[in-house]
Amino acid sequence: MEAFTKHTGKVVPLDRANVDTDQIIPKQFLKRVERTGFGQYLFYNWRFDMNGNPDPEFELNREEYAGGTILLTRTNFGCGSSREHAPWALLDFGFRVVIAPTFADIFYNNCFKNGILPIRLPEKTVDTLFQRIETKETRTLTVDLEETRISDGNGFTTDFEVEPYRRYCLLNGLDDIAITLQKEEQIHSYEENIPQYYRIEKEQGV
Amino acid sequence: MKPRTLFEKVWDRHVIDQEKGKPAILYIDLHLIHEVTSPQAFEGLRLNGRKVRRPDLTVATMDHNVPTANRNLPVTDGTSAKQMDTLAQNCRDFGIRLYDLHDPGQGIVHVIGPELGLTLPGKTIVCGDSHTSTHGAFGSLAFGIGTSEVEHVLATQCLQQLKPDTMEVHVKGSLPPGVTAKDVILALIAKIGTDGATGTVIEYTGEAIRNMSMEERMTVCNMSIEAGARAGMVAPDETTFRYLEGRPFAPKGEAFERAKEDWLELRTDEGAVYDRRVELDASQIAPQVTWGTSPGMGTAVTGRVPDPESFPTETEKKSAKRALEYMGLTPGTPMTEIPLDRVFIGSCTNARLEDLRAAARVVKGRKVNPRVRAMVVPGSQQVKRQAENEGLDRVFLDAGFEWRESGCSMCLAMNDDTLKEGERCASTSNRNFEGRQGRGGRTHLVSPMMAAAAAIEGHFVDLRNWNPED
Ligand code: SF4
Repeated sequence: MEAFTKHTGKVVPLDRANVDTDQIIPKQFLKRVERTGFGQYLFYNWRFDMNGNPDPEFELNREEYAGGTILLTRTNFGCGSSREHAPWALLDFGFRVVIAPTFADIFYNNCFKNGILPIRLPEKTVDTLFQRIETKETRTLTVDLEETRISDGNGFTTDFEVEPYRRYCLLNGLDDIAITLQKEEQIHSYEENIPQYYRIEKEQGV
Repeated sequence: MKPRTLFEKVWDRHVIDQEKGKPAILYIDLHLIHEVTSPQAFEGLRLNGRKVRRPDLTVATMDHNVPTANRNLPVTDGTSAKQMDTLAQNCRDFGIRLYDLHDPGQGIVHVIGPELGLTLPGKTIVCGDSHTSTHGAFGSLAFGIGTSEVEHVLATQCLQQLKPDTMEVHVKGSLPPGVTAKDVILALIAKIGTDGATGTVIEYTGEAIRNMSMEERMTVCNMSIEAGARAGMVAPDETTFRYLEGRPFAPKGEAFERAKEDWLELRTDEGAVYDRRVELDASQIAPQVTWGTSPGMGTAVTGRVPDPESFPTETEKKSAKRALEYMGLTPGTPMTEIPLDRVFIGSCTNARLEDLRAAARVVKGRKVNPRVRAMVVPGSQQVKRQAENEGLDRVFLDAGFEWRESGCSMCLAMNDDTLKEGERCASTSNRNFEGRQGRGGRTHLVSPMMAAAAAIEGHFVDLRNWNPED
């Protein structure tokens, strides 16, 4: 996983609440067996009409937001299906940061596994950011994970919170499987004591 | 010892390591996998030269992509076929038990886990699928994970997890006739919202839950994720044990008795505190129907399509407006006057034997409205066989329903079963998101009995006082 320390990029506002992962990456694109190549299908049903033509009104298609790498959105972003294809699509499209008042749990977790930083900010602060983008006061943001601070270089600054361990892993791009594998001894001794009735034998079942 | 909740007991039993300021390392007793969210995890293992630590505790099925028409024909969709082949290959390579397309044990992962007796009280169960919460009905801690975590569990049989909060959902009283477990969970989500339980594990308690069958408890736990919860749980009791005894993977004889004693300890201690608490009165719940594009956008069947202006916040107003546009609905329309094109009885929420029995009781001797195309997709091959043994297939076929092979089908429409643009469907599944059942398709979530009655009438009816003409 790519480490995340500091990132500056253009902000794309997506003024919708409860954006579910079915919208982020519709199911017809879940059939790939690779992790890559999902960016072209990001928000597919919103970006393209039935004939595959881009909808000029949709934020991601607007020229002023082209090349954006920070997504600003509303509460409960990423709800619904656990599909990790959602962060894969965001990342592949170019997003490194998503800012919202709240996220759904599984999506939030999946982001950290892929080097995307999801940032929770109070609803009021998110409102302010939407307004500043509207008036073009804010165009880009710098997100500093070391300092846990966001600023637009134009008068807007705010601190954010992130669980210290998640921050540590992201800053260092750590492979958490390797970390768990270091616990081999504990895993092994736990396994010695698993109740018999949870074992699954070869000859069992149908 | 400090009194603990059911969740805390199961959690504590599985923590193998907990360093301060770090997530716990949690042992996983059962890992279920399917064709859509596993290929990249196996690819990751190969890239890093890692093995599957416990192939014996890993069980695979094919469900999301599978065709529900004739199983003897080859799978026509090339990319779906490739995903299924990839799963089969991975299972062969790593020695994992697979219930494939032609296996009599095949079915939706959350239907077969319990029916095979793989799902047992007190286990930790994960799957790359958010509705893994279903298995919590047995007093297991079961939750959905992403593909990176699937890889993590394959490699280590563990997960790093921050401890979630707890929430008690207490459902008192008893359900009126015509009102089902599905209505309880839809009513809960309408009340607390789709993020009402975010960051928590729900425990369902109260008389109404105690009186539910295992299948009903599964329906409730299944949709916990739609309230934002990581998992839903019900403490095991005699109902649980009766369901489990004799299942293929459940312990047998004396071992079962010993297990039972252990499982009886899995209940919330007197005096234990939950971080949050909500109460519902079962006797006040009416049959539910959703009107919008999020499971929380629902109302009683006696209600009307709401006016977006009636919502308190700007964001909610906007969401409701967008939803009504997508759904093609006008504020003020009575829910019972919304005409339907399709009816889908299926999914891991409501495609178990009891669900099909309940729907068949409504359908028996009646005919599907000629305007409606209706289908039943059993949750598993076993459910299908049992239903056929009872003659339920005849009841549905005689009424004009299609009777299909098992799979996820039109719950997420990854196979050929989809809505066309603008088609309106009464569905027993769990998500009414935009395009979930097909791009431009409109989904109303309901119980199996509500769906069955809607198929007959061509619109929703209040089951509690429904008197079909014929
Ligand atoms: S039936 Fe629907 S919700 Fe359940 S596992 Fe399949 S796709 Fe997911």
